[in-house]
Amino acid sequence: MNQPPTPPMRPPSDVALPVPHKPVPNIRSIFLEFLLIGLVSFGGGIMAYERRLLLEKRKWLSNDEFMAILAMGQTMPGLNSVNLAMLSGDRIRGLAGAVAAVIGLISPGVCFVLAAAVAYSQGADYPLANVLLAGVSAGATGLIASVTLRIGLPHFKRVKSVPVILATFVCMSFFKLSLVTVLLIMVPIGLWLHRPIPRESEMGLEKKE
Amino acid sequence: MSVLLQLALTFGMLSVLAVGGGTAVLPEMQNVLALRFGLDRLEFVHIYSMGQLSPGPNMLMVVIFGYKIEGFLGAAVVLLSFLLPSSVLCLSVGRLWHRIGERPWRRAVQNALEPIAIGLMCSGVYAVAQGAVNGFLSAALALTTLAIIMLTRINTMLLILGAGIVGGGLMYVFGWR
Repeated sequence: MNQPPTPPMRPPSDVALPVPHKPVPNIRSIFLEFLLIGLVSFGGGIMAYERRLLLEKRKWLSNDEFMAILAMGQTMPGLNSVNLAMLSGDRIRGLAGAVAAVIGLISPGVCFVLAAAVAYSQGADYPLANVLLAGVSAGATGLIASVTLRIGLPHFKRVKSVPVILATFVCMSFFKLSLVTVLLIMVPIGLWLHRPIPRESEMGLEKKE
Repeated sequence: MSVLLQLALTFGMLSVLAVGGGTAVLPEMQNVLALRFGLDRLEFVHIYSMGQLSPGPNMLMVVIFGYKIEGFLGAAVVLLSFLLPSSVLCLSVGRLWHRIGERPWRRAVQNALEPIAIGLMCSGVYAVAQGAVNGFLSAALALTTLAIIMLTRINTMLLILGAGIVGGGLMYVFGWR
């Protein structure tokens, strides 16, 4: 929370990206903008808030930069919204920008879940709290199913994807293999299925794309 | 001390394995928390659900596991070990990539990981449903929520809270499950 006061004029050595005509955003505004997202994003949609901030509200990134960061954040492990905040903070103001963006994004949620943790550890015996949580849990099951359906729908029609989805699900839920084992089996298969096509044959297929 | 270390190792491992976002590691998280820390399925689902009510990234609910197992120190250890490893990895690879530019292999890696992540998410749905759905009423609530989210643009936090109030009320008054 205790951000060091940012100097009114930026020192020339501290510029992450040497773009001469674009004012470099200060760390505090990066922190505050992501804090705002962390505060209002009840019920998901964080990536949409981040996109609006970075491309429309503050125009800190170009569309190409944003798309590249988005793809990277989704490919690498970790929470997608946190990865996106971190990579964009890094592109805007280097490591300090990345740290400011992530801390801003997560601090409201961390305070919320800590309060929930304390309440849950004390109030697990109230029958009313238990039934409320049971109802919320049933609703949350519907939510996670909907997220899986939305993301999965295009893949459920692809010949290359369906066997991989099924095999992963069966290995994890029915054979009860550990996640490391499942990934060690499935990732090489997936990479082989989606290996980049060599240049020559790509030229031949150019009309299709 | 050893509990904290075990928490750090568990969540650090989950962090770097979380391909396609945190939902993919839910089934593994449930297994590991049950095996190593004795957390039952119902507690897991309750804590997962509280994350859905919170602002910001919903997977921050991992902090509650940390608190439940080892107090505030446990919460801090879980938060750091769940966020730091993947962040360091993503930042270093992101910088490297920015320098060398787009390569066909990044696309290939993403295409390869997507269906795996979806398979893991299906396992996540299965794991959560096993704890949350234990009767006619909870099944109906889950399906209704699913249908409403797919068909409308309602705020999901409010919807889930509604499911808690309506469903919880029916459970309380009639004893349905």
